[in-house]
Amino acid sequence: MNLTSLLKAKAPILLVGLVILLLWYGGAIWLNAPQAIEGLNRIGQNWSTQDLIHQTFAMKRPVMPTPNQVFVDFTDSLFHYPPTNIRNLLYHAAITASSAMVGFLMGLVLGAVLAVGIVHVKTLESSLMPWVIISQTIPILAIAPMVVVIFGNMGVTGLLPKAIISMYLCFFPITIGLVKGLRSTDPLALDLMRTYSANRGQVFWLLRLPSSLPYLFTSIKVSIAISLIGAIVAELPTGGTAGLGARLLSGSYYGQTVQIWSALVMSAILSLALVGAAGLVETLVVGRAGRARGQR
Amino acid sequence: MGNTADLPVADTISTPLAEPRRIVDIRNLSLIFKAADKPVTALDGIDLRISAGDFVSLIGPSGCGKTTLLRVIADLEQPTSGDITVNGLSPEAARLKRAYGYVFQAPALYPWRNVEKNVTLPLEIMGLDKAERQRRSAQQLALVGLTGFEKKFPWQLSGGMQQRVSIARALAFEPDLLLMDEPFGALDEITRDHLNSQLSQLWRATGKTCVFVTHSISEAVFLSTRIVVMSPRPGRILDIIDCDLPRERTLELRESLQFQDIAARVRHGLAEGHSYDD
Repeated sequence: MNLTSLLKAKAPILLVGLVILLLWYGGAIWLNAPQAIEGLNRIGQNWSTQDLIHQTFAMKRPVMPTPNQVFVDFTDSLFHYPPTNIRNLLYHAAITASSAMVGFLMGLVLGAVLAVGIVHVKTLESSLMPWVIISQTIPILAIAPMVVVIFGNMGVTGLLPKAIISMYLCFFPITIGLVKGLRSTDPLALDLMRTYSANRGQVFWLLRLPSSLPYLFTSIKVSIAISLIGAIVAELPTGGTAGLGARLLSGSYYGQTVQIWSALVMSAILSLALVGAAGLVETLVVGRAGRARGQR
Repeated sequence: MGNTADLPVADTISTPLAEPRRIVDIRNLSLIFKAADKPVTALDGIDLRISAGDFVSLIGPSGCGKTTLLRVIADLEQPTSGDITVNGLSPEAARLKRAYGYVFQAPALYPWRNVEKNVTLPLEIMGLDKAERQRRSAQQLALVGLTGFEKKFPWQLSGGMQQRVSIARALAFEPDLLLMDEPFGALDEITRDHLNSQLSQLWRATGKTCVFVTHSISEAVFLSTRIVVMSPRPGRILDIIDCDLPRERTLELRESLQFQDIAARVRHGLAEGHSYDD
């Protein structure tokens, strides 16, 4: 009985997953067919449709690898090599995650400082806010190589340049969300603070900051996901040998499509884990107050 | 429910011979809001004196400026002209000295703080130590009959209980003056009756000066020593009616002739100042 209710609850997501898998296999047949036909023709003239499908699913360098090929490559890399080995995806994930995390934390600090400044100092809003927005209109792909090259010239390599690129992406949602949050304070609660003749610091720590937390955590979830994108993009121009970005790059150099797809799956899992962790912290910090908001 | 009846009556009441201290003194006060199209006269030529231990209700239809007047006393709005003193000081100086507690229409509790932490909020701002904060919170919560609810969060309480927490919070830093802006306006009548009699007992027990905004005639008569009848456009005082009912008030009092008589006078006063044509 419990199993059926669980199945009922999970049926929609399972169904969508099934459709995606079917489309994926269909796509593999369609995209790999020209190459497969060429190969089959070379061997002999008499091949059936079944032979063709079998061939498209079993290519060494397919245009579109099948899910099971990706799964095998993925688990192979995880379980057949120690985590410190360059062939293990966990090794690359750890390198990318560490620079993404450092970048995210730097972005959190920068974004929060900007938001607090913008909310409290009127001139900062008109002078800083346009630049904050303009900064995000420049594609990260254009900025990343420059940052890496400039820092490389200064002798700074490794984690820091990558973290800075993550930070560049991360601070923006934090600033926007926190400015909105700090301004969303209940006017009645502000009046109340005035009747207590509370000073600015007290109003900030006791009222504005706690009431902005739901906005801040929404921003944090967006930021933490794009911090990973920043780190991966930053790993491309370094021509690096380590990190999920480097893994993607070397995969495309050598036509190792299966390797590219495994790295993609790894980065998706990493991203999910980071957003999930942010959600967990949110429940711990604003749990009960969050429920109160839902009730009111 | 809290039993406030057995609390000692404050000393201030037992010295009737001394001239009562003047808490609020308003002379020829006006306030004009600069609106986009044309300025709105919210208050016009207000004269009002409130003595220590008074319970003064401001009553009138919407837009008569009763809330604005209360906010002027609290230094939440600045008058355009005229004089006002609170405890002999300017409203701003009185606010900075934390002369009054203010209860808003909505409880305005902080959802991320539990009941006790909400009540101790003003005390935290004043910088009292933790033991003293807890002592006062326990005392005030007992006064509004909420002992045992310290660790509950606002969303776990009914609307009436939330408003009682906000009254406890206003009383926590022991102000002599309590300003209340339709505190029970959003509650159902049964809860409202109950809270009215509790508030009346609280007022007798503590001897605080209260200024109370309402649009309910029976609420005003039941609670007040004086009722200020106001009219809108522009907001001005039509009449100040003495409400010389006995200090000890029970809900049965509302059926007495004296009560009905005062209520009728308030009603006539309101009808006089308010034309329903516009």
